[in-house]
Amino acid sequence: MALAKVLGLETEYGIIVKGSAEPNPIAASSALINAYVAEISRRVSWDFEDESPGRDARGFAREEASPPEVETHLVNAVLTNGARYYVDHAHPEYSTPECSTVREVVLYDKAGELILARSVEAAGRLLPPGQRLVVLKNNSDGKGNSYGTHENYLMDRAAPFAGVVRHVMPHFVSRQVYTGAGKVGCEATGSTRESVGFQLTQRADFFEEEVGLETTLKRPIVNTRDEPHCNSQKYRRLHVITGDANLSEIATLLKVGTTALVLSMVEDDWYARAGAKDLTLSAPVAAMRAVSYDLSLRRPLALADGRSMTALEMQWEELDLARKYAEDLGADAVGGSDAGAEILRLWEEVLTGLEADPMSMATKLDWVAKYRVIDGYRERHGLGWNDPKLALMDLQYHDVMPARSLYARVGMERIVDLRAVEAAVTEPPETTRAYFRGRCLQRWASSIAAANWDSLVFDLGSDPLRRVPMMEPLRGTKAHVDQLLNSVSSPAELLERLGS
Amino acid sequence: MAEREQIKKQAPSRSDGEAVEEVPTTSRRGDELKAELDDLLDEIDEVLEENAEEFVRSYVQKGGQ
Repeated sequence: MALAKVLGLETEYGIIVKGSAEPNPIAASSALINAYVAEISRRVSWDFEDESPGRDARGFAREEASPPEVETHLVNAVLTNGARYYVDHAHPEYSTPECSTVREVVLYDKAGELILARSVEAAGRLLPPGQRLVVLKNNSDGKGNSYGTHENYLMDRAAPFAGVVRHVMPHFVSRQVYTGAGKVGCEATGSTRESVGFQLTQRADFFEEEVGLETTLKRPIVNTRDEPHCNSQKYRRLHVITGDANLSEIATLLKVGTTALVLSMVEDDWYARAGAKDLTLSAPVAAMRAVSYDLSLRRPLALADGRSMTALEMQWEELDLARKYAEDLGADAVGGSDAGAEILRLWEEVLTGLEADPMSMATKLDWVAKYRVIDGYRERHGLGWNDPKLALMDLQYHDVMPARSLYARVGMERIVDLRAVEAAVTEPPETTRAYFRGRCLQRWASSIAAANWDSLVFDLGSDPLRRVPMMEPLRGTKAHVDQLLNSVSSPAELLERLGS
Repeated sequence: MAEREQIKKQAPSRSDGEAVEEVPTTSRRGDELKAELDDLLDEIDEVLEENAEEFVRSYVQKGGQ
């Protein structure tokens, strides 16, 4: 059976200081995060030490800690909701805690937007007069510089990676019809900005390879980073770098939900068992752009076997396959039957709408919403696609401040409750190890020297630091540890009970 | 389903032009959406940053992942 998909999103936000003569994005990102953690949250630093793990009473595997992945001098905090909030590549980055359902991913991704908005407010009180931070949840500055929104999916290491590559490639190319956040202009190497007026995605211009390890240059459609942050004998973490930062909740749900289903089908060898058509593309990199540049959604893509299909037709094939999969094998891997049914329902609704009339999705999908308002403005004022006003509207769609965000004004449908988003700013998910991390931080932040995805390091004062490894992403849940946490009154007692 | 099959059988557009293609607008809700859009466009200049050209020019990011 396919492995339960533990899920997460990492988002690098764009940032500038308006009114500053010499803006420094690293300093601005640090100021932003420091202002937030100083004002609102208790701060625990991220752990980069490679200490030997201790014993663990809950059956977590013993394993060496993961090596550091970013520069240690930059700001790096762990929040009580289990998320990581840090500076990476001159951008503020928010990584959701580990989630066990797609809906939870949407919730914690939205909580991230709220955290960034609060950070802008907190940092704004510390800035010199005349200066203002602008933070955008997008993936491009419109000048050829891109920054990522990465998806993470826990997978069974036993699933052959070649099969993963074969089946995710056509999905990553064709899912752009609903995952795109829209963009004015074009930034592909060798093109001019004006050669494309408007395209479906922020990111398609930046992919140059089919498969590879890079994330910052010569970006591949399938990223091979193999750093599971858990038991690497059992698990793989598929790190997906093709996606756009979505404001639309439906787009985020579909981006992660459909991909989790595709990966589950790979693990269960469903493509072969169901006799699925081979959707291998003859030129995936070119197809990424062809799909992104085709607002009609009608342009056929050449397949390796000589046939051709549109991106929508490919998505219908995937949906039909996933529907049969859920009927026959269930949807436990994506959070159970209700969660699976919701993904399939929205998937069908969106494909049906896009096929009949893309504009009918103007309150559901980012690229359609953005296109509608920008194209409407363009027509009303008789502007060309290269007018700076339209580029401004593109950027401002993504502003994290609701008063400035165009996303906030276009009547987008919501699928998560605002109060739940508010709670997710400080409360961890209950069904992954993020629960243990978040609860310990809420109660004993001053005794936690450092935290990492797969461990917590306690500092009890006199003794050596004590590491509690968390090598199983689905252990340390509320069901596993709540009784224990409620029965102890100090971190020393907790560690004693854990046998660390 | 019948409608979907029908659309699939249509000859796909093979335009290789680089300009933005027209998006078909045949929705039943077309008029309603247009009215909403008009309202939004009436007020949008109040929300947009003041100097579009300067803002767009100054929004330069270091590449990330």
